[in-house]
Amino acid sequence: MIWEIFRQDRKGQPFEHAGSVEAPDAEFAEAWAREQYGRRGESIALWLAPRDAIHAVTEWSDEFDLKYRRVDGYSIKARLKEARGRRRLDGAA
Amino acid sequence: MGGVGSTEPHRSDVPALPARRDSQQELLLGLADDELVIGWRDSEWTGIAPLLEEDVAFSSIAQNEIGHARALYELLGDDADALAFDRRPDEYRCAPLVELPLLEWAHTIARRWLYETADEIRITALLDDDDPGVAGLAAKINREEAYHRMHAEMWRERLADTPQFRAAVEELWPYALGVLPPEQRGALAARVGLEEADAFERGTHTDGLAELWEEMTMVRRSAPAGAQW
Repeated sequence: MIWEIFRQDRKGQPFEHAGSVEAPDAEFAEAWAREQYGRRGESIALWLAPRDAIHAVTEWSDEFDLKYRRVDGYSIKARLKEARGRRRLDGAA
Repeated sequence: MGGVGSTEPHRSDVPALPARRDSQQELLLGLADDELVIGWRDSEWTGIAPLLEEDVAFSSIAQNEIGHARALYELLGDDADALAFDRRPDEYRCAPLVELPLLEWAHTIARRWLYETADEIRITALLDDDDPGVAGLAAKINREEAYHRMHAEMWRERLADTPQFRAAVEELWPYALGVLPPEQRGALAARVGLEEADAFERGTHTDGLAELWEEMTMVRRSAPAGAQW
């Protein structure tokens, strides 16, 4: 059974995926996760989740290419250049 | 000075320990030597434990035990390395249980569980020691041993019904009794669920120690006295 391990660096920080351990039950998973993801003082807390319990989402559709919803949908470069040019003109005036 | 292959220990100029020791020093030295030697024996599983995760966990426990030995040696003398490596095999005070070469998983787990169960009894007694240095160190060691006990207990639960594990516990039982002084053995017998028997006493050594000592002190003996690492 695979357990996905999430670790928290410091209080208030988000839990981030650290890796996984293969263990027959939660008790073994805890003992092994402690050693692999906590013994160097790198974590203040761990979450252990059976991989089967994780609902994964991997399919995406963007049939109509709605690129304005994405960060790469905008060309910032041209607009920045324009704004800089405007500021220079303002300064000169 | 001894070199590789020599049976003479490397000796630093300062005697590692006073020749006459009180019973408290004797007890702490026995505890320190137990931790050093079991740490060394358990580290023999590094890279070859039955599961990758267990390999990491077991190696980490072995390192912890050697760390406890270091802290105890520092309480007993100025030079932990000298205490750990500059004595002759017959000067070690470890219990025969920890010396046994046991590269078989059921035996290894049986020893870990028996050792941790016995260790908890003597460490608990030291928590109330009159010497605050000893009591403080016992408390510090105890906090780390809690995880070792959890680890040993979970393995015991899993293997308890297998004939290999039961046979290993019975075989190692007289050795386990030898970890503790006679007055603490009743508590161990109650926890393990076996009758008290004749123990393999501390102060006697198995053949395992000489072979382990060769390996453990080899680098130290091959280096000139005063070498810095």
